[in-house]
Amino acid sequence: MNFLSLFVAIPLLMMLGLWLSRNMGQIRIVMVSGASMLVALAFGTLAAYLSARAAGDTAEMLFRADLLWFAPLNIHYAVGVDGISVAMLILSSLIVFTGVFASWKMDPLPKEFFLWFCLLSVGVFGFFISIDLFTMFMFYEIALIPMYLLIGVWGTGRKEYSAMKLTLMLMGGSALLLVGILGIYFHSAPEGAPLTMNILEIAENSIPMSAQRLFFPLTFVGFGVLGALFPFHTWSPDGHASAPTSVSMLHAGVLMKLGGYGCFRVAIFLMPEAAQELSWLFLILTGISVVYGAFSACVQTDLKYINAYSSVSHCGLVLFAILMLNRTAMTGAVLQMLSHGLMTALFFALIGMIYGRTHTRDIREMGGLMRIMPFLGAGYVIAGLASLGLPGLSGFVAEMSVFVGSFQHADLFHRVLTLVAATSIVITAVYILRVVGKLLYGPVVNQNHLALTDAAWFERISVVTLIVAIAAIGLFPLGLSDMISESILPVIEQLVK
Amino acid sequence: MEYTLLILLLPLATFLFLGLVGMKLSERTAGIVGTLSLGLAAVLSYVAAWQFFSAPRVEGIHPPVVAWNFEWLRFTDQLHIDLGILLDPISVMMLVVITTVSLMVHLYSFGYMKGERGFQRYYAFLSLFSFSMLGLVVATNIFQTYIFWELVGVSSYLLIGFYYTKPEAVAASKKAFIVTRFADLGFLIGILLLSYFAGTFSFETLTSGNASVFAGAAGRTFLGCSVMSWATALIFMGCAGKSAMFPLHIWLPDAMEGPTPVSALIHAATMVVAGVYLVARLFPLYYFETPEVLVFIAVVGAVTSLYAAVVACVQTDIKRVLAFSTISQIGFMMVALGVSGMEGHDGLGYMASMFHLFTHAMFKALLFLGAGAIIHAVHSNEMSRMGGLRKKMPVTHITFLIACLAISGIPPFSGFFSKDEILAAAFAFSPWMGWTMSVIAGITAFYMFRLYYNIFWAVPAEQEHEPHEAPGSMTVPLVILAAITCVAGFIPFGHFVSATGAVLPIHIDWRVAGLSVLIACLAIALATCFYRKGTNSLPDRLEATFPRLHRAAYRRFYIDEAYLFVTRRIIFGGICSGLAWFDRHVIDGAMNGLAWLTGRASMAIRGLQSGQVQQYAYVFLLGTLVLTVWLILM
Repeated sequence: MNFLSLFVAIPLLMMLGLWLSRNMGQIRIVMVSGASMLVALAFGTLAAYLSARAAGDTAEMLFRADLLWFAPLNIHYAVGVDGISVAMLILSSLIVFTGVFASWKMDPLPKEFFLWFCLLSVGVFGFFISIDLFTMFMFYEIALIPMYLLIGVWGTGRKEYSAMKLTLMLMGGSALLLVGILGIYFHSAPEGAPLTMNILEIAENSIPMSAQRLFFPLTFVGFGVLGALFPFHTWSPDGHASAPTSVSMLHAGVLMKLGGYGCFRVAIFLMPEAAQELSWLFLILTGISVVYGAFSACVQTDLKYINAYSSVSHCGLVLFAILMLNRTAMTGAVLQMLSHGLMTALFFALIGMIYGRTHTRDIREMGGLMRIMPFLGAGYVIAGLASLGLPGLSGFVAEMSVFVGSFQHADLFHRVLTLVAATSIVITAVYILRVVGKLLYGPVVNQNHLALTDAAWFERISVVTLIVAIAAIGLFPLGLSDMISESILPVIEQLVK
Repeated sequence: MEYTLLILLLPLATFLFLGLVGMKLSERTAGIVGTLSLGLAAVLSYVAAWQFFSAPRVEGIHPPVVAWNFEWLRFTDQLHIDLGILLDPISVMMLVVITTVSLMVHLYSFGYMKGERGFQRYYAFLSLFSFSMLGLVVATNIFQTYIFWELVGVSSYLLIGFYYTKPEAVAASKKAFIVTRFADLGFLIGILLLSYFAGTFSFETLTSGNASVFAGAAGRTFLGCSVMSWATALIFMGCAGKSAMFPLHIWLPDAMEGPTPVSALIHAATMVVAGVYLVARLFPLYYFETPEVLVFIAVVGAVTSLYAAVVACVQTDIKRVLAFSTISQIGFMMVALGVSGMEGHDGLGYMASMFHLFTHAMFKALLFLGAGAIIHAVHSNEMSRMGGLRKKMPVTHITFLIACLAISGIPPFSGFFSKDEILAAAFAFSPWMGWTMSVIAGITAFYMFRLYYNIFWAVPAEQEHEPHEAPGSMTVPLVILAAITCVAGFIPFGHFVSATGAVLPIHIDWRVAGLSVLIACLAIALATCFYRKGTNSLPDRLEATFPRLHRAAYRRFYIDEAYLFVTRRIIFGGICSGLAWFDRHVIDGAMNGLAWLTGRASMAIRGLQSGQVQQYAYVFLLGTLVLTVWLILM
């Protein structure tokens, strides 16, 4: 058996373990050991990938395995990874790992919560290793459905409404996506040849332009909904606000990346001509996302809403960069996915920890927390600095790659859009410093808060892991960026074909 | 000269060490660790400077040395960010300035910050700042400058907001960061434009003066100006933000909310001159490619200088006076660069600008540290709470006086020499510029002595505690800086730094020097007459005669209010709130509307699925009937 399948098998085994556990202690053992294995596996995959590349393996996807499971439609369980998927696997495993520690004291129904949590992980990991469109779509759906229950049952605030809204909007996106995927499938091979769902095989043929024009927008928007594409982003603020901590982490940290990854891997890779023809339209939409999200974040008062709108802005930049259709910008897009995934997970983890203590997320009701909880406060400042693109942390590397890449287009349209997107670095500074100033600095607003405690050990594990990852990317970006950039090359070849 | 890497790594390591385990150390240990590491970095800088300048000249110049350079991030095959250490006359000079002032501030803070909450954190941030600033000046390429530019910005943010429980400090730190961030946006776009045409970030290529580097930009215009002018002007926008040039100066006076030693280090001697330094670094680019932008820089510098000097005359908070004085003096440096040429004696302005940067760093740090000692003694920033301190704080008094004389341009103190060169360069550029700058120099002398007399002479204010001289850890740095201020003017600066790198002998132009000394003496005499006794009513009468002018100058000509209007009302109240409303009500409303519509539609047709067999049978029969009739009729 191919070792990539372990990414799906481990969460499934964790579910089995959870089913057998009888108390919180056992649940924690299962979750921590499973999540640690996933992290080890992800880094192991990285090592294997790099050594295979160093040994001169130039195949597009490594460690491939293929298993036919539905012959009439030629659907395979096909897996394989390139540099981008490896990066995404590491991101996902880190978020799952830290998410476990962030929901250490899950209550009520911890067993059920973690069962759904693991099922979600199955979907996420399965999605990133798949190279068969149908299997990929199936994992995509597996990742979406548990969200409904996780928010609806364990959420806060208007949780039923938010859960319903999020699920329906994302399902709406899936519907478009399904049509897009079927469209691709039926044009996947020249007349007479057997049709295929395998991404690499489809890429070798070219889909007729008439079909591309129809199915590119469907696929892009379908994935784009999950990547918070304007104007289909409104599930994000409500959904994140209502979701429990670790679900927000996983959702903003990983699930939203499914959107960007899908746009890249399916929409652009398989339909490059249409992408070139229609990129202007989506560039405008994503350009709007970037500034619109940032401006909207400036006046929010709920911590989670601020972060949700910030995610709209940052994920908008991911899609924006992908649509720039050049190597540097696309590398930046993948880096931005990693960077945003890590820092937004850090934000949501910290917000959850603060909320667990103060029982409010309204910044008007808090203040001066730095003095009371210096660890969480410092963590929040670091997350904020990463978010506003401070050099030495991951956001800077990603944003600069995006801007330098976008600027390689010399025409006025791209230049102006790049300028517009670049203004977001100023607006981001505004809303980040506004929150930091109100929440952490200044006098203590509520005297009851003086009795609160700083982070517990399990919370520290979660925060420190994420900060280390953010700083590692920010300080030593070269290897990562090269690995990603190399895997962008096949897409670029498709584009110039 | 590989060891120069240590100059950067020492403060970085100290920052990480103090940041991670500092809270577990005692104040004393943390302070000693910070000071020792910076002291070592200072020694290494002096060694580097000595070694660099004692190396033989090649073709008349000191050849630049790239001590380190490695690739940090690759965008394309050509465009990659390197991190490295470039040693050339100006970067070596800056190493010396930064480490010297920083060391003085480290020492001084022992006394000044004693017993403050977060003492360890303070030293950690000081180390972070020193590291970032050193990295900025030794940058081998413009993107490295940008990286460290942002890092000094954030160190400044953290240090201004050091007293984070004070709302004013929090607001000031936020303002400083956001205003400079806005300027940095321009800087970034400038870098993108430049690098797009030049195909590199490296200073070596950008400043080669070779026109073919930017051949791709030839003939390209945007909104009536050439693309190159846009690029260099945008880079200057970044410089203007960092160096507090009008109208991006608004953050600097507020930045005085930070601890006073921080103001001395960051907001007087080092970070705020980063803009001047960058213009100097890119000087060949400005001079050869876009000379019109250089004129623009000179005009901006002169306007800023005049504006800040006028405002400084009416401020009552001593740190604000010094802040405006800093803005004004940086304006002098910008003017000097703007009016400078390249070869031979035309390059006087460039040399003068760097010279003034050097002397100003020393005497302005001295002024701030002196002000810190005074604030420490009287527990207030307001002039009205001072007066008559000359006997109670003799060391502070003498050193402060030396700095005042230096900034006023009185020989033989250092400021006289550097300012005289600037004035000479300005006169050579145009008489208008020369006279304007001479008048501003006079205003400078006036407000500095207004400050001096109000603190040390005038009528002593009532004090809760008897003011006394600062402890040794604070006075020693004052004395050292005062000593430097006394002798620095005699450094043959043109031997070390000039636009081309060749030796530029300095001749004092006695007509210009005589004029400027005369103006300064007159201004000092006026200040003496107005403020020495503290009983002269003329200043108050003047204030009463021109109340509006005084009020406007005191409120800094309402620039802050204008900004507040734009940010609060237009950006926050208009755009942000508007978009947030739009998002919730229009975009989300449409989604909810869709859901509502679906619900209504299913309500409407739900009657068809009543579940009553009679109803179904009835409809079935009716349908059959209709079909039968229809078939028969057909």
